[in-house]
Amino acid sequence: MNARNTLVVLSLALVALIAIACAPAFTPPADAVGTLKVGANEPIHLTWMFVVTGEDGTLGVDSRRGIEIAIDDKGGKLLDRAIKLDGQDSGCNAEGGQAAAAKLAADATVVGVIGSSCSSEMRAGGPALSKAGFTIISPSNTAPDLTDPAKRVAGYFRTAHNDTIQGAVAAQFVLTQLKLKNVATIHDGSPYAEGLANVFAANIEKGGGKVVAKEAVSPTDKEFKPVLTKIAAAKPEMLFYPIFISAGSLITKQAKEVPGVDKIPLMAADGTFSGDFYKGAGTAAVGMYQSSPDFSAFAAGYKTFLDKHQKKYNEKPLSAFHAHAYDAANVIFAAIEKVAVKGPDGALYIGRQALRDAVAATKDFNGITGKLTCDPNGDCGAPVIAVYQVTADNVSKATTPEKPFWAPPK
Amino acid sequence: MQKSLATRFTLTDIFIYILGGSIIALVVVGSIATLATGLYGPRQWIDFTITGLTLGSIYSLIALGYTLVYGILRMINFAHSEVFMSGPLTAYFLADAMGKSGYLDENPVLGISLIFILAIAVSTIVAVLVERIAYRPLRGAPRLVPLITAIGASFFLQYAFRGFFGPNFKVYPEMAILKGALVLGDLKMSYIQILVIVAAMLMMLGLNLFVQYSKTGKAMRAVAEDKETAALMGINVDRIIVTTFMLGGALAGAAGVLYALVYTQVQFTMGFVPGIKAFTAAVLGGIGNIPGAMLGGLFLGVVESLGPTLFLEGLQVPAPYQLRDAVAFVMLVLILIFRPAGILGERLTEKKA
Repeated sequence: MNARNTLVVLSLALVALIAIACAPAFTPPADAVGTLKVGANEPIHLTWMFVVTGEDGTLGVDSRRGIEIAIDDKGGKLLDRAIKLDGQDSGCNAEGGQAAAAKLAADATVVGVIGSSCSSEMRAGGPALSKAGFTIISPSNTAPDLTDPAKRVAGYFRTAHNDTIQGAVAAQFVLTQLKLKNVATIHDGSPYAEGLANVFAANIEKGGGKVVAKEAVSPTDKEFKPVLTKIAAAKPEMLFYPIFISAGSLITKQAKEVPGVDKIPLMAADGTFSGDFYKGAGTAAVGMYQSSPDFSAFAAGYKTFLDKHQKKYNEKPLSAFHAHAYDAANVIFAAIEKVAVKGPDGALYIGRQALRDAVAATKDFNGITGKLTCDPNGDCGAPVIAVYQVTADNVSKATTPEKPFWAPPK
Repeated sequence: MQKSLATRFTLTDIFIYILGGSIIALVVVGSIATLATGLYGPRQWIDFTITGLTLGSIYSLIALGYTLVYGILRMINFAHSEVFMSGPLTAYFLADAMGKSGYLDENPVLGISLIFILAIAVSTIVAVLVERIAYRPLRGAPRLVPLITAIGASFFLQYAFRGFFGPNFKVYPEMAILKGALVLGDLKMSYIQILVIVAAMLMMLGLNLFVQYSKTGKAMRAVAEDKETAALMGINVDRIIVTTFMLGGALAGAAGVLYALVYTQVQFTMGFVPGIKAFTAAVLGGIGNIPGAMLGGLFLGVVESLGPTLFLEGLQVPAPYQLRDAVAFVMLVLILIFRPAGILGERLTEKKA
C-alpha cells in the first residue's frame, strides 16, 4: 500500500516536472495574414512564375537559373531545411499569368513566389498570389504601375528596376548622346511595352524633343512594313520599340527594308536583351542600341556569379534578369531566416505578414546587382541602367553585349 | 403584286443594310480625311499595296487548300493551318544546314529549290495522312463530325511538331541572292517580295489550268458536282479526294516556305494566324471557288496593310495599326452583308471558273 502511494506521488511529480519544463507553453506567432507551418521534415517551398517556353522563353529560364544558383549557394538548405523549388510557366501574357497564379495560390505550402517575367502576367495574376498570402518578388517586372501605391497588390516587391528609370535613361541617351529630337515609338499593347514607351515619350518631350509618331502593334504580328512605312512618313530621327523578342527582331529586320527608317538609329530595351533576339534579327541588329541593366556597375559578387553560371549551365546568361532573380531569392531567404520561429515539435512557423514586413524592411542588402533597399511601394532594386550597342560579334554568336556603350553621367 | 416594304424587307434586313451603309460611310469619310491630310504620298501607298500583295499572295495559296477541300467534300479542313506549318518547320533544318555550310550562297537556286521540294513533300504527306486517318473513316458521318476531328487533328499536329522540334522559334538563314531590292522611281520591291508574288501567281495559274483542262481536273470538278454520279461514270472518288488534299498540301507547303523566306521565323504555332486569315480569305472570295480564294487572299492582304492607315488615320484613331485585324474582319462583315456568298459567289468548281 505504502509502496503504491509512493509510486503515485512520484508519477505525479514527473508529470509536474514535464509541465514545468515545457512552460511557457508554445504558441505559434500570431499573424494578420496567416501563419505557415512547415512540418519537422518538410522542405521550405519556394516557387517561381516565369515564361519558360515559347518565343520569349529565354527571359524566364534566365531568371530561374538565378534562383537555382542562389539555392546552390545556400547549399540547398535554409534553417536546416531543404529548399524545394518548383514553378509555373506563365507565358508572358495575362491569361498565362492568371492561370499560373491560380495554380500556385492553390498550394498552401508555398511561402513565396519569385516572379513574374512579364508585367502583364503580374497584373493579371498578382491579386490571386497576394490573396493567398504569398510574398512576391519579381526579378523582371518593370512596368511602373505595379508599384504604384494605388494599384500595387499587398506583398508585392521587385528587384528589377522600375521603368520610370529605364525610360528616363533611354530618353536622356537619345537627347544628349545621339543629340536627336524627333523620335517615334512602337509598343505592343503589353503593360511593359506601353508603360516604357510612354515614360520614354514623356521624358523626350520634357527634354525639348518631339514624338512624331506613336504606334502600336500586336505581339503576334509578323508583318510590320505597313506600320514602319506609316512611321517613315512622319520623318523621325530615331525609333524606340521597347517590345519583346519575336516581334522586336522582326521590326529590326523589316525597318532596314523601309525607306525613311532604314538608316535612322534603332533602339530597343531590356525585353529584347537576349541572344534569341540577335538570332531573329540577324545582321540588321548590328549597330542598334538597347537599354538594359548596367552589368558593369554591378557589385563585385557578380563576377563570381557568372563563373558559377558558366560552370553549372555551360553557357553565358540567356537574358538580362538572372542577377535580379539571384538577389530576389537571397532577399527572401534572409527574410525567412529573420521571421521563422521553431516550435517544440520541430516545425517552423513563418508569419506571412511578418515575412512581407521583413522583406519591406530590407535595407542596404548586399546583392550582386548593388545595394538593395526597399521603398514603401515595394521597389527594392538598385537601378543602374546603361545603353548597349550591338556588334557583329554579338549577332554571329547570339550573345548579349558585355560592355555598356553609354551610361548616364553620375 | 403591290407588296408593302415591310413584307419585302424584314427588320433584320433593314438593320443589316443600315449597318453596312454606316460602315461604308465610315470608310469613305475616313479615307477622304486621311487623303486630305496629305501625310502620305504615292510612294507610301505603293509600299502599302506591295506589302499587302506579298502577304495576300501567301494567304491566297493557303486559302486554295481550304477552298479545294470545301469544293469537293463540303467540309472545312481546320488542320490545314498545320499542314502549312509542317513543311517549312521541317525544311528549316535543311535550310539551316545549307546556310551554315555555305551551300546556299554557292548554289542559291538549287538550294532554295531543295527547301521548297522538302517542304512541299512534308506538307503533302501530312495533308494526305490527315485525310486518311481523320476524315476518310468519317466520310458518311454528319457534317459536324469531321469538323471536330479537324480541330483535333490540328491540335495533335501542333503539339506533335512541338514535341519533335521544340517550342522555340527557329530562324531561316539569310540568303545573299534574295537581298536587295528593285527600284523603279517610286516603286521599291525587295527581291523576296517579287519572288513571293511571282511564285504565287504562277502556282495559282498552274492550278487553274490543271483544274480546267487536265483529265484529273475534270474528274475533280465532276466529283465536286455530284460524287455518286461521278462514281457511276467510272471516276475513282477516293483517288480524286486524295489528289485534292495533295494539291492543297503542296500549295500550303510552298506558301509556308515563301512565308519563312519573308518573315524568317518558323515555329509550331506559326500556322494559326495565317490559317485563320486564309480561311477568312476563302470565305471572302466565295468558298469552294478557286479564283475567289485568290482574289479573297489578295484583297485581305491589301486591306490589312492599307486599311488601318487609310480608313482610321483620318478619323483621329491613335495607333491605328493595332486595329489591323479588326479592319480586316469588318471588311469581311461588309462583304458578307452585300454578297452573302462572297465576292465571286459560292460557285462550284464544276462551272467555268
